[in-house]
Amino acid sequence: MSIIKLLDDFTSEKLTTKSTSRREMFNTLSSFGKKAAMAAVPFGLASNKMNAATMFQENSAVDALQLALTLEYLEAEFYIKALESGVLDGYSRAETAYMQISKHESAHVEFLKAGLEGAGATPVEKPTFDFTADGAFDPFNENGIGQETAYAQLLALAQAFEDTGVRAYKGQAGNLMNTPFLEPALQIHSVEARHASEIRRIRGLDGWITGSMRGDGMPEATQAVYNGEENVTQGGVDLTGLTYADDIVGDLNAAITQAFDEPITAETAVAIASLFIVDDSSM
Amino acid sequence: MKKPLVKVDVIEASSKDSKKNSRRKFLKLGGLGLAGSSFLLYSCSEDDMFNPGGEVVGENPMPEPDPDPDGEVFDLGSGDVGILNYAYALEQLEAAFYTQVRAGAYYSGASDEEKQIFDDLYNHEVIHRDFFKVAITEAAGEENTLPDLEFDVSSIDFGDRTSVLETAKLLEDTGVGAYNGAGDRIASATYLTLAGKIVSVEARHASAIRSLINPESADFAGDDVIDANGLDLAYDPGTVLADAGGFIATEFTANNLPEPMTGS
Repeated sequence: MSIIKLLDDFTSEKLTTKSTSRREMFNTLSSFGKKAAMAAVPFGLASNKMNAATMFQENSAVDALQLALTLEYLEAEFYIKALESGVLDGYSRAETAYMQISKHESAHVEFLKAGLEGAGATPVEKPTFDFTADGAFDPFNENGIGQETAYAQLLALAQAFEDTGVRAYKGQAGNLMNTPFLEPALQIHSVEARHASEIRRIRGLDGWITGSMRGDGMPEATQAVYNGEENVTQGGVDLTGLTYADDIVGDLNAAITQAFDEPITAETAVAIASLFIVDDSSM
Repeated sequence: MKKPLVKVDVIEASSKDSKKNSRRKFLKLGGLGLAGSSFLLYSCSEDDMFNPGGEVVGENPMPEPDPDPDGEVFDLGSGDVGILNYAYALEQLEAAFYTQVRAGAYYSGASDEEKQIFDDLYNHEVIHRDFFKVAITEAAGEENTLPDLEFDVSSIDFGDRTSVLETAKLLEDTGVGAYNGAGDRIASATYLTLAGKIVSVEARHASAIRSLINPESADFAGDDVIDANGLDLAYDPGTVLADAGGFIATEFTANNLPEPMTGS
């Protein structure tokens, strides 16, 4: 299955308009045969408690992992190219961070591929990425935008990718319930959040997200990464109406939105990633 | 050295409820001493510079602990309510810690950047804590909601930057590991997502604190917490309660928490 097919499936209007829930959408587009679904246990976390047939009954877990792998491919290649680009100063805080993050994202790619293969599914192939987003950016200074602007874009894109990763994994947690994929996915999810915090702080922002603000210097094209983060109702509780036992410092609404990160749907994650994916299916 | 004892007032909203009133909330020195020693060991392995108050466990009287003298020690409960109470306990601890930080000498002399970070962390944890109280009370009733805990933070020197930051690191990393290790024990997708909304904020905190401790390093997601597969911490409740137990003065039990769904 090609990545473009996967993305097409995720973004197909027919599917999204018809579905009433993410789970149903995954069911509709489930593209892995029963044979794959019934197959063995992923991640080497075999448990005799687990029933593979139940686990992949709806194939939503596999689809969630394919989405995760796609995002990890994107991040892994981005950081490798960033480190090769010469845009980052040697031994700078940013280069140190990119090296550590690159190590993690490449490990995530291998881990997810192994997990999918262990489950009898064929991992999606790595797409062809275009980190200029069709000429909108020049993060590696390949087209002569200059080191300074390239550096700013390099950090802005890293922030967008990490904050997207946090939200996308969160959005897939429900699809991984009752599978051995859940815990490792959560463990990746919090690593992405650690990354996001450091990148944001390198950029001079808080490590956490206030409202739906993408933050100073973030291109408007990245706003989709932050829409919905302004939510103040959790578990049916309007947190702006709560009486807090200790006084909140500063703006309550801002603090509430910072205190909870919000999920995004697979469709939103794919729409964001698609900006950087070249459709070479016709080649 | 000052040894502040955080006294979180127990709000007895249902003071007519005799059962709740009789629920014992007491300093249990024996258990505290034991848990505290595990915390000391953990800390020393992390950073030899960190000596939380120079406390010697043996100084405490250590009577033979009676784990449940009158049968009314609060148990976190079973199922999702148990996990929510478990998270609530940790959020209470974090909120109490940051409250003390902001009242301490390190904070009053800290840089604007560090003050703002501790203001934010304080806000977030107070919000998490008070959210859990409302959410659990609504879901399970007040009698099944963990009472307000008391904490013993005497091992922390709130005048010392290293002591404060290392404790913050420990608490935030432990929080990340706790939520990650609890996810597979949650039955409701709604609660799982809620836990996910919180754990990533805890991870953002941990990253920022680590970056304050060792600026311009890879410690924000260091090899001490992220494994070769790029996976973050995931702790069982037993590990977490042992790590956090040294700070928790109110006894409670965690005898009925759910096992992982997949056994992973």
